[in-house]
Amino acid sequence: MYRIIKRELLVPNTIYLKVEAPEIARKAKAGQFVILRVDEVGERFPLSLAGWDKHEGTIEVVFLIMGKSTMKLSSLCQGDCIMDVVGPLGKPTEVEAYGNVLLVCSTFGVGPAIVLAKPLREKGNKVISVMEVKDKTYLFWEDRLRSVSSETHIVFGDGSCGKHRLASQFVREYLETGNKADRVFVFGRVFTMIECCKATKPFGVKTIVALTPIMVDGTGMCGCCRVAVGGETKFTCVDGPEFDGHLVDWELLIKRKRAYLKEEAQAFDLYQPDNLRQLTGLSKLPERASVV
Amino acid sequence: MAEKSKLNLNRVPIPKQPPEVRRRNFNEVALGYSYEQALEEANRCIACKKPGCKDGCPVNVDIPEFIEAMKAGDMPEAVRILKSKNSLPGICGRVCPQETQCEMTCNLAKKGGPIAIGRLERYVADWEREHPEITEKQKGNINCNGRNVAIVGSGPAGLTCAADLAKMGHRVTIFEALHVAGGVLMYGIPEFRLPKVIVQGEVNYVKSLGVEIKLNHVIGKIATVDELLENGFDAVFLAPGAGAPIFLNIPGENLSGIYSANEFLTRINLMKAYRFPEYDTPIQIGKRVAVFGAGNVAMDASRCALRLGAEEVYIIYRRSKAEMPARLEERENAEEEGVILKLLTNPSRFIGDEKGRVKAVELYEMALGEPDESGRPRPIRKPGSEFIMEIDIAIPALGTRPNPVIPSTTKGLELTKWGTVLTDEATGRTSKERVWCGGDMATGAATVISAMGAGRRAATDIDGWLKNRG
Repeated sequence: MYRIIKRELLVPNTIYLKVEAPEIARKAKAGQFVILRVDEVGERFPLSLAGWDKHEGTIEVVFLIMGKSTMKLSSLCQGDCIMDVVGPLGKPTEVEAYGNVLLVCSTFGVGPAIVLAKPLREKGNKVISVMEVKDKTYLFWEDRLRSVSSETHIVFGDGSCGKHRLASQFVREYLETGNKADRVFVFGRVFTMIECCKATKPFGVKTIVALTPIMVDGTGMCGCCRVAVGGETKFTCVDGPEFDGHLVDWELLIKRKRAYLKEEAQAFDLYQPDNLRQLTGLSKLPERASVV
Repeated sequence: MAEKSKLNLNRVPIPKQPPEVRRRNFNEVALGYSYEQALEEANRCIACKKPGCKDGCPVNVDIPEFIEAMKAGDMPEAVRILKSKNSLPGICGRVCPQETQCEMTCNLAKKGGPIAIGRLERYVADWEREHPEITEKQKGNINCNGRNVAIVGSGPAGLTCAADLAKMGHRVTIFEALHVAGGVLMYGIPEFRLPKVIVQGEVNYVKSLGVEIKLNHVIGKIATVDELLENGFDAVFLAPGAGAPIFLNIPGENLSGIYSANEFLTRINLMKAYRFPEYDTPIQIGKRVAVFGAGNVAMDASRCALRLGAEEVYIIYRRSKAEMPARLEERENAEEEGVILKLLTNPSRFIGDEKGRVKAVELYEMALGEPDESGRPRPIRKPGSEFIMEIDIAIPALGTRPNPVIPSTTKGLELTKWGTVLTDEATGRTSKERVWCGGDMATGAATVISAMGAGRRAATDIDGWLKNRG
């Protein structure tokens, strides 16, 4: 069992957790993730590491409430325990002395971006952070990002600040106006990744994206998280999660991410009656569960 | 006359759920002997002077002795004898291929009616589980001149090695990557062939010997093998299993609705997707399911698909029935339940719909030619035989290749050209000092009992090596 030390609603639908996991904290590196299972009937799902503290023995995650599993995780309070946390999984980010690095992030990608900024700067890189935010309501950790970046730019989706609405627009203009970028990293929404890759491709700037497909075991055993990169099938959990964004088959990634939409909606719908059943003592399960 | 009456060649059949019932539920297929049936079968054993059965067992269970105890009605003694050599009898009695092991070398096999050793083993193990008050659990001699041994993986090899080392007085810690112990016994072999309470019962027995099991520990990630050796472990036994699934490597294989057998079985067995939405992990099944491959895993996957409600389940195999690698019993069970064998057929590509879901597979026919390097007739493609079959789900069950996580993070561990760990078969020793290996990681995909045999041999060698070292 893995105890929650701190829980915070950062912005609507976005939860921050600090969890006791000393062994994972000791080994964690930027770019890695953990697999969680909230309770006995829970599914296994991955979350990127948004921080860790070796001395305190804790890890941090930031996630969006998307469906039943993240809803269940969000309903845990400080002091509650998560049943299973396994990690650190995936390959750490390759951190070299690239020169000028654009670090793009949106929503839950802010955490892993902050984590990467530190080792990038330790290698002597100039880190230009670009945070894409829907509107001011959804802005979080600006100070944290600023404190680890050489330069920070915030792009608001409602156009309320500056002329850009998407991080990719900033990136495109940045490159078009003759600024040099030696490497780009993108964390967060798939849409942000795709658009940034489109922006960087004409300039031949290598763009690394952190993919978040559906996973089961997370250790290379099942192949659920397979993606096509440069025409080759890769397992995100052991070969990734970071890949060259210019080589990723985005259409395939999106289709595979959407493969269980129907089931996800069903599980989410039944989450409420599930609570009700507990409260009222009603024991009838929905029809589909009657296989056995 | 007396001699002749001893030779009863009629094996007592094991009661099973009827095929038309069991094909739609996940309860165990074989129901096990009653006491009377077990006794009747035990009494067929002629207690020969030179028993062949023992030599056929990879862990050398004292088979005639435990059967004698059964005949004498001394069940606790039968349990003691069985468990002195086999820590996981409830599992072995269910999933060992006895027909190619102990039952093949049973002297009655030549006459056509070998003793049903597996069923008797299962009976003894189940009897013990139902009578926990009678059999005193053996306790490990913890801290008794013991050294610290780390075991990577809690599947059959790891559990056996752990139990043996604990009985020899060593302090054993198992590191398991998943959230439950048991490895392939939990995620791979389905409930209807091996109920998970049986597995957990035997895991608990191993724990009762003093073995500590650390779940959610992926060695190579949370700690490397070298770190284990630096941080207080005198020896490491690697038994992480085979790992990575092999795909068909044909176009369209990444469409959704195409599961590796590992993923399909893991969702069902480990994550209990057959009880969705009570359990959170979903699985899709549709009406027509095609399983590719013809080994035991393919049989398990096809039978799971039936139980999830598929209307038609096909096993698609490029050779003929005679070459199918699955156990005869498993193939018969599958066929009885309604799995359709589509032999001498091979896929060339998958076809998807606009949502990226598989909707059909293109197949072609094969003919058998001269034997290939495996000794089996080489399948040859028949030109112009292509045809399309509509399917909702496809499951490649083609075996696995070693997972690279441990080899890539362990210094000085030599591999074979297949990516398995180079291992001395008799002792389990690897090229790296203080590191042993066994099970699928050493041999490639094989059986539960052969992994257990490797676990036992490694435990013996580790114990000897630790004692020599003083």
